[in-house]
Amino acid sequence: MDYLLETRNITKRFGGLTAVDRVSIGLRAGEALAVLGDNGAGKSTLIKIISGVHKPDEGEIFIGGKPARIDSPMDALAAGIETIYQDLALAENLDVGANIFLGRERMKRSLGILKVLDDQAMREEAQKVLDRLDIHIPSLKKTIRTLSGGQRQAVAISRSIYWDAKVLIMDEPTAALGVAEQKKVLNLVRTLKDQGIGIIIISHQMYDVFEVADRLAVMRRGVLVGERIVKETNPDEVVGLIVGSETVGKER
Amino acid sequence: MNGESAARDGKGFLGTRAGQALATNWAAFFLVLMLITFSLTGRNFLSIVNFQNVVHLQTVPLLLAIAETFVIITGGIDLSVGFVMGLASVGAAKLMQLFLASGLTPGLSIALSMLIVLAGSLVPGLVNGIVITKFKVPPFIATMGMFGIANGLALRISQGYPMIGLPDVLPKIGNSYLLYVRPGDFVSFFAKPENFPDNRVRELLRLIPLSLPFILIVIAALAFTLRRGRFGRHTYALGGSMDASIRSGIAVDAHLVKVYVLSSALAGLAGLFNIFQTGIGNYTTFNAQYEFFAVAAVVVGGASLAGGKGRIWSSVVGVLVLAFLENGLAISGVKPFYRYIAVGVLLVVAVVIDKLFPDMR
Ligand SMILES: Nc1ncnc2c1ncn2[C@@H]1O[C@H](COP(=O)(O)OP(=O)(O)OP(=O)(O)O)[C@@H](O)[C@H]1O
Ligand SMILES: [Mg+2]
Repeated sequence: MDYLLETRNITKRFGGLTAVDRVSIGLRAGEALAVLGDNGAGKSTLIKIISGVHKPDEGEIFIGGKPARIDSPMDALAAGIETIYQDLALAENLDVGANIFLGRERMKRSLGILKVLDDQAMREEAQKVLDRLDIHIPSLKKTIRTLSGGQRQAVAISRSIYWDAKVLIMDEPTAALGVAEQKKVLNLVRTLKDQGIGIIIISHQMYDVFEVADRLAVMRRGVLVGERIVKETNPDEVVGLIVGSETVGKER
Repeated sequence: MNGESAARDGKGFLGTRAGQALATNWAAFFLVLMLITFSLTGRNFLSIVNFQNVVHLQTVPLLLAIAETFVIITGGIDLSVGFVMGLASVGAAKLMQLFLASGLTPGLSIALSMLIVLAGSLVPGLVNGIVITKFKVPPFIATMGMFGIANGLALRISQGYPMIGLPDVLPKIGNSYLLYVRPGDFVSFFAKPENFPDNRVRELLRLIPLSLPFILIVIAALAFTLRRGRFGRHTYALGGSMDASIRSGIAVDAHLVKVYVLSSALAGLAGLFNIFQTGIGNYTTFNAQYEFFAVAAVVVGGASLAGGKGRIWSSVVGVLVLAFLENGLAISGVKPFYRYIAVGVLLVVAVVIDKLFPDMR
């Protein structure tokens, strides 16, 4: 089956440091690919390239088999790639609706001519997505600053799934969550997979990976050191790949 | 720590709903309190004449504070507004002198000069914006550079003197009132009745300086843009989280440039208004005080220099608080040095309150 999203030999350097070194990965529709690796392995940098935040120094990105120009976050969004970042990237001074629609605001006409923000409609839509995720936030008029970590995460997730993504990238989506909320997020990942969305999930939680991922890719110091099908591997082998012990598993 | 919980945790009254309302709108409450106090302590404070004068004289500070509000919400600062205003003032005066000398009518000279200066006043903001976004120079430094450039150009154009010989109609328009009333007798619009002697003009009740509807329109239009428009939403977003804005696909660099252009355009407008008010092109080194006053007013109004927070109407309240504080203390016979101290204390109090209540927008 063809790849929905593919990177070929993506390389990104920060000064002397090669954060991502000739990484090629592929993602199919309806599939969850876990990207693993120690702190600083280059996972976040790789996905920031896919989502247009960083420009790669080398390499190409293909969407639906065709070379894609992703020069800005807008390009990625337009191509159907939605990203939930590790730091969530929410505007803390704005409310839930404003955040979900940030950069793509819903407008209405006022007095016949002036285009104004339709905050009412944005909040109603926000409520619908939150309901879909079975997440409760007391008042959508409150700014993000007043929400808990889990609620913020929920807003970030709502923001990306609202826009009918083809590819959803999640950078440590459960890191800040309590047990019940983690379960909700993982269920959500399954639901989205069933809808044919391709998901890239970065996580340090082995449990998450074995729970929802179909395949996994391991990075170490910027290099892709191994790919496995989840059903055919086990946590020990994966840990070995991550830390680089030669005693476990086999290099690709 | 979250400001709301900080307030609830141990500040008693400030934790209650009424306390919150008071804290987030303290400048407005303070303004009302001040107006009442000065009405009691200062003879002639509570009068239409005094209030109209204060508001009329605050037209320029209001324009600059509005400009600064947009910039400060993005987390930046524009230190160049005072001198850009000065440059616009002497630039327009110079152009009017040239056009008049070349034989154009006063009306045409004024109109042409205004157009050119308004267009020209976009340039400092464009330069500020590009230096800040493309060359990553902090706004404080970039606009300080523009502060120097505008100051130098204004000095070059004016040679340091007030620029006179401008059409008489300028101050007539700039200082006229909507209504001239002789109680129980007659009313006339825009100018005193033709046959009414100049030396008795004080017997007339002059109502609503033209500057008032002008500034109200500017305030209302920009407050609307900031609160209800996409441009305003993105302005808040930039100040709230630059990263979130970038990743949401907002063209943040272009947006920042627009904000600095808006700021210097408003400063240019202030410079033109200044000519209408005084009838001369004003070069003064005191223009530096204008930007500090504007920043102070915006902060007193509740904006945060960290960005993400502020409102046009709150900045208007901030300007009025500072203006009436000065005016009221002066009328009440308080010595100038106490007045400076009062303004200083107020400014620090404003920032402390901002730290306690970060959630107001
Ligand atoms: N903008 C940047 N400028 C310079 N260096 C960077 C930048 N972003 C990341 N790096 C460096 O690149 C390397 C990879 O970082 P990255 O954030 O991609 O790691 P990660 O795998 O996501 O780690 P973690 O699990 O801790 O999130 C690190 O050494 C990091 O310090
Ligand atoms: Mg990371």
